[in-house]
Amino acid sequence: MKFEGISLGLKEFEKEIKVEWKGKLEYEWDCGIALSKFMEGLKHGKILARKCYACGRIMIPPRMFCERCFRPTDEWIELGDEGEILTFSVSFVNWDASRRKKPEIPAVIRLLGTSENMGILHKLGEVGDTLEEVLKNVKIGMKVKAVWKKEKEREGAITDILYFKPIKRRK
Amino acid sequence: MAQKVAILGAGLTKFMRRAKETGKELAFEAARMALEEANMDISEIDCVVMATAPDMFDGVHMKGDWLSDGAGAKRKPYMRSYVGGGSGVFAIIHGWYLVASGLFDTCLVVAEEKMSSCMPHPQGAFNAIYDQFLERPLGVNLLWIFSLEMMRYMHVHKISLETIALVSVKNKRNGLDHPCTQKGIAGEYTVKDILNSEVIAYPVYRLMVSPVTDAAAAIVITSEHEAKRRTDNPIWIEGVGWCLDTSYWTNRDLYYPKYVEYAARMAYDMAGIKDPRKEIHVVEPYDPFAYKELHHLEGLLLADKGEAPKLLEKGFWDRDTKDGIPSCPSGGLLGVGNPIAAAGLMKVIEIYLQLKGEAGKRQVKREVKRGLAQAWGDLMQVGTVVILSK
Repeated sequence: MKFEGISLGLKEFEKEIKVEWKGKLEYEWDCGIALSKFMEGLKHGKILARKCYACGRIMIPPRMFCERCFRPTDEWIELGDEGEILTFSVSFVNWDASRRKKPEIPAVIRLLGTSENMGILHKLGEVGDTLEEVLKNVKIGMKVKAVWKKEKEREGAITDILYFKPIKRRK
Repeated sequence: MAQKVAILGAGLTKFMRRAKETGKELAFEAARMALEEANMDISEIDCVVMATAPDMFDGVHMKGDWLSDGAGAKRKPYMRSYVGGGSGVFAIIHGWYLVASGLFDTCLVVAEEKMSSCMPHPQGAFNAIYDQFLERPLGVNLLWIFSLEMMRYMHVHKISLETIALVSVKNKRNGLDHPCTQKGIAGEYTVKDILNSEVIAYPVYRLMVSPVTDAAAAIVITSEHEAKRRTDNPIWIEGVGWCLDTSYWTNRDLYYPKYVEYAARMAYDMAGIKDPRKEIHVVEPYDPFAYKELHHLEGLLLADKGEAPKLLEKGFWDRDTKDGIPSCPSGGLLGVGNPIAAAGLMKVIEIYLQLKGEAGKRQVKREVKRGLAQAWGDLMQVGTVVILSK
């Protein structure tokens, strides 16, 4: 059987006849009802969740309808800014596949007071600059606390929380 | 009731990091090859289904419409199937219900992906899959969802990196025998080689990730009476299933893909399968990352939760297994390449060839009467499953 296809190496590709286009698109998204309130909360150092009385879940990101029960949610609940690590990673690549020396440490963090598995994506900080250090300092299940931007610098965005850091317990 | 649906022909292009051909040209070559095997002319095709993943790869809005000429769709009923990485298997599901419903007798299913045009790297196109309000501002990249899920899976079941690396070893070795494999992807590797490769997003190492690929795949499907008229040995589509989970991906325990289980249950029920571990004889689960194959084998109920890695160590998923279930005999995405939508259809084609006994050096040793292909995609969200039989 013959399979078609002309495979080009990088050097050959550079010599090919090509057309280039740089798309430039910009968007502005209104944050909607639930997330506008959530973002406003972040500005004031508060983390707000939403509760569904039907399934009892306390949910973050907050939402005005429960996707499980498919009914409106019922109540705003203010959470603390402590959570536990459900999973994490130590990332040495940027989105364009370029490499970074100092890793980023994305994590899924469940804020205390929310329901089971109710994590959000954020980052960890103050846990080391190398893979070895991070793996020594971070464990799944570990308690962490939000590190906030200074109040004046907050703008009502997820980045008002700079990162989460481990809670040091007194021995 | 639904009418029976058969596969009559399949086509593939080479898998390439950078193809000279355009997406349309690739689609045409795969489609032409499938039609040739089915011994059919395009005029005998009633409808066309095409799978192709993000528009952003090509920089063409509604690229399914643009590519349609390459899929032979001119002036025909045409549909695009698109659930990200799950698209390749979703396309045959789509084609199945167009024929099973009795609406059409013949359908050409084409899957194409040309990822290499997106600069500086097609990874960039994936950033827009993340939530724009709460996730993208963190400076995300696509690898994170996989590395986070892999870490959770390893943690819950206490799986070692060495065991996960065995998936890469197996698939990259299997890929050596695939005539379409992408240059530099397949090979004889050891666990040590895999773990000596660069850590890109721990616990993901470079050799645990499938590459960027340009390629196309196609199959021809027909109704029962068309199939019986045209061939003595049709391969049947016995069951299909698909399921989409919530887009709140951080609100689920990532250690187990429930949506894959639901998709599999739907397909098993349709095929009348009671005990998949006895009744499925060869499987092509989606393996864009090494751990994903194990994760999906569990979701497909072919292993208990946390057991797929232990079975891997025992050789249960090897191509030459006598009493196990060969998994990814093609080499999969790790051993052949990952042209997103076309990768899923390549897996369907592998099961088709295994059932026909035409997989050449890749032919599994055990007897096969029934096989399953599965793909996965969107934001850790979708499972698509198809079951084929002799």
